[in-house]
Amino acid sequence: MMATDFTPVASLLGGALIGASAVMLMAAKGRIAGVSGITVRLLPPYSDSEFAGRLAFILGIVVAPLVVLLVTGTAPVPTIETGPALLVLAGLLVGFGSVWGNGCTSGHGVCGLSRLSVRSLVATLTFMATAMATVFLTRHVF
Amino acid sequence: MSVLVQFAIGLVFGLGLVIAGMSNPAKVLNFLDLAAIPSGGWDPSLAFVMAGAIAVTFIGFRLVLRRPQPIFGGTFHLPSATEIDARIVLGPAIFGVGWGLAGFCPGPAFTALTTGGSAAAFFIVAMLLGMSGARWLANRPSALLPATPHA
Repeated sequence: MMATDFTPVASLLGGALIGASAVMLMAAKGRIAGVSGITVRLLPPYSDSEFAGRLAFILGIVVAPLVVLLVTGTAPVPTIETGPALLVLAGLLVGFGSVWGNGCTSGHGVCGLSRLSVRSLVATLTFMATAMATVFLTRHVF
Repeated sequence: MSVLVQFAIGLVFGLGLVIAGMSNPAKVLNFLDLAAIPSGGWDPSLAFVMAGAIAVTFIGFRLVLRRPQPIFGGTFHLPSATEIDARIVLGPAIFGVGWGLAGFCPGPAFTALTTGGSAAAFFIVAMLLGMSGARWLANRPSALLPATPHA
């Protein structure tokens, strides 16, 4: 496993930008900036005509590293140490669980907690706990 | 116009993730690894991301929701469910296991699509399949499952 530096200032600043984005989406469209909720609504069947806007929001996230590359000359390269089989399993679980539980880190963890939603608090504590337990098992037991 | 604005808002979201270091799953996994605290390998950065995001959103939502309606019209779509049912525990429990396996949740996975190579693409395709599966199951008429489709 790769060691990473503790980056309190950059992380607080980045977090504030994520929050600003959530506030702007609420102001502009009246929608919760939940990435899993926006993503699943890109898949058929469609219940409204907001497809283009949702796709644009996700594309904005996708191109962000390229904008960083253009501005700073270097793009941050993610360290992915998980093998292909486990990555696919992880993707299935993340996709299924986020839709089954109506939200992910952004929808429940940021927007929901900011709205003081008890459901989002339950969801956030639950996924933090199972994620920490999973990392403990994969790194320290198996 | 609305679509362009949503692209820009998504871009701010993605820049936030990248600046925060959350586009790197290693950083996420090192946060989730509480057993690494004694050895100094724990990276508390993710807690600062959440703190920064919630501080801005907590205040910002209150200001925005005083307005009569969103800038581009329509109404504010706020989740109305308050019930603590099995789904609100089971879904996040499953999500957390996947998050802990790879260090990717949906937003960071999208930022890794351009820089993370085929691994990120594998994850995203699987994630979309999992989302479709959950929605299919949620919308399936069955006495065993909650009848209200949320997703």
